[in-house]
Amino acid sequence: MTEKYTMPDARGHFGPYGGKFVAETLIPPIQELDAAYQRYMGDPDFIAELDADLQYYVGRPSPLYHAERWSRELVGAQIYLKREDLNHTGSHKINNTVGQALLAKRMGKTRIIAETGAGQHGVATATVAARLGLECVVYMGAVDVARQSLNVYRMKLLGAKVVAVESGSKTLKDALNEALRDWVTHVDNTFYIIGTVAGPHPYPAMVRDFQAIIGREAKQQCLAATGALPDALVACVGGGSNAIGLFYPFIDDAGVAMYGVEAAGDGIETGRHSAPLSAGRPGVLHGNRTYLMADDDGEIIETHSISAGLDYPGVGPEHAWLKDIGRANYVSITDNEALEGFYALTRMEGIIPALESSHAMAYTMKLAPTLRQDQTIIVNLSGRGDKDMQTMAKREGIEL
Amino acid sequence: MSRLAAKFEELSQSGRKALIPFITAGDPFPGFTVPMMHAMVEAGVDVIELGVPFSDPMADGPVIQRASERALAHKMSLRRTLSMAMEFRRTNQHTPVVLMGYVNPIEVMGYEEFANAAQRAQVDGILTVDLPPEEGELCSALLKARDIDPIFLLAPNSSADRIQKMDAVGSGYLYYVSLKGVTGAGHLDTADVAAKLQELRANTRLPVAIGFGVKDAQTAKTLAALGDGVVVGSALISKIEANLDDPEQAKKEIIELLASMRQAMDSNGS
Repeated sequence: MTEKYTMPDARGHFGPYGGKFVAETLIPPIQELDAAYQRYMGDPDFIAELDADLQYYVGRPSPLYHAERWSRELVGAQIYLKREDLNHTGSHKINNTVGQALLAKRMGKTRIIAETGAGQHGVATATVAARLGLECVVYMGAVDVARQSLNVYRMKLLGAKVVAVESGSKTLKDALNEALRDWVTHVDNTFYIIGTVAGPHPYPAMVRDFQAIIGREAKQQCLAATGALPDALVACVGGGSNAIGLFYPFIDDAGVAMYGVEAAGDGIETGRHSAPLSAGRPGVLHGNRTYLMADDDGEIIETHSISAGLDYPGVGPEHAWLKDIGRANYVSITDNEALEGFYALTRMEGIIPALESSHAMAYTMKLAPTLRQDQTIIVNLSGRGDKDMQTMAKREGIEL
Repeated sequence: MSRLAAKFEELSQSGRKALIPFITAGDPFPGFTVPMMHAMVEAGVDVIELGVPFSDPMADGPVIQRASERALAHKMSLRRTLSMAMEFRRTNQHTPVVLMGYVNPIEVMGYEEFANAAQRAQVDGILTVDLPPEEGELCSALLKARDIDPIFLLAPNSSADRIQKMDAVGSGYLYYVSLKGVTGAGHLDTADVAAKLQELRANTRLPVAIGFGVKDAQTAKTLAALGDGVVVGSALISKIEANLDDPEQAKKEIIELLASMRQAMDSNGS
């Protein structure tokens, strides 16, 4: 790539994707948010406060860990794990919620809402709301409430109200619908902290910018450890916030290959999956144009994944653009393959990954052997597996 | 002159306000919709908003969400909604029909194919909740070229600039969302609506229909006095929902509610 990457454009478009597809009541608040985001991202005071929070509250920088044993075992590239699982609250989600909560505070908002799938974003939001003394309501699909009950309890401990959403497929997309309905109703005092790089502009760009700390750190750490840029990046993609956070600072580095790993569920060919980039079509949902899982009538199809955090029919519009221009590769990993990744990392390195991140681990197991041993892969270990203990135990027939 | 413009002109000349019911196409089953549309015309409605079922109706409250779910369970779609509008038009040439829905079904059909299909069905207006003018330029142009009115929403927090923009890009009428919230919400404040309508009037020459949260004849009357029309949706669909085992009863109750609104809106004094 010869020209510097500058997406999105002034109207919030990534080529044909992105934009502001919202009902009229939400136009003023997203304009207000865009203005605040533009202003504070250039405000040294705000940036200093954000950096301090990331260092002392989140625990950044997160390590870039050389998984030597696993690399030897796979006989291929050297695998480095970006340890977002070691952040406060256990995933990358807190990078973004710390940033958006600081914005909310500067904008004088007193009430925070969020949607959550696996509960990691909900926990990260409840955490920052507790710290700032803000009222917090988290919308979560009823199916996800059942399969991620540990995180539901954590959110409640932190003082958040968790609303189980019973409409539609009762998963992440329905939680997003309900959060949008709340926002339209309480638009004056409420800040909606979206957890992924979706939603109307400026959310995809703003969440990316808050998550890009992952890639900026990884780049420096990789140069320090190996003396060179990595050959490949691997990250799981649901909405795509951990992936874009890792990818974005490397977009202009043409020699760095990027692999976004979608959830193939029971297998792409079965139709029971959550892989819109691999098997979807362009459309509009939740405020932006992107690849979606939709039928021939434009109705959204129910998705399937073992991991609640990837169980979403859309994907961030910037990923749609990176796919179309060929800058990033999007691949998919089935539930069963993800489980292999989960066990491999646990047993080879003593690190239990989240089921979401396990998709990235599983793809790394395929990719590493195709590369030379002097080449480097950075894999985003976006979250830890504690929240999935009940799911895993149940699969193994064990009652906790 | 479009059928909608002519209708509002005719109402204005006779000093009346438009009564605009909203029902979801195919709720509670596909065969219910077209006869219901004709019956509503007989009860005195002026324009019909026909909801296009969508799997993720983000701006709608629970009543219209469930209406969409019931319709989708019968495999309703944008194409079948257009067929219903066409069927209605075969025996009614004078009542404007506005399709109201979300943009994804239109995206998947393709904007041009949709505009052509809407023209064939003799649909008069298209209101797409999540397609604001800055994203809807192509769609609006295709519709206008076929004499179909693109109808836009305005909200309590819309600025004067925004109202002027909608005046420039919209036609037929503007739909004023009377409260911050979803369809069928319960916190409508008519004093707020009255104040906002003055600002709207100062910035647009288009007729203004007021909707969201209109539950009874008295509210319809009050809002009719402020705008050029009143939209009622969730209150009608609640009748369907309360009589799922007896659609004829649902139809009867819908007609009674609309007739009481018509009467209240047409009567002088309070």
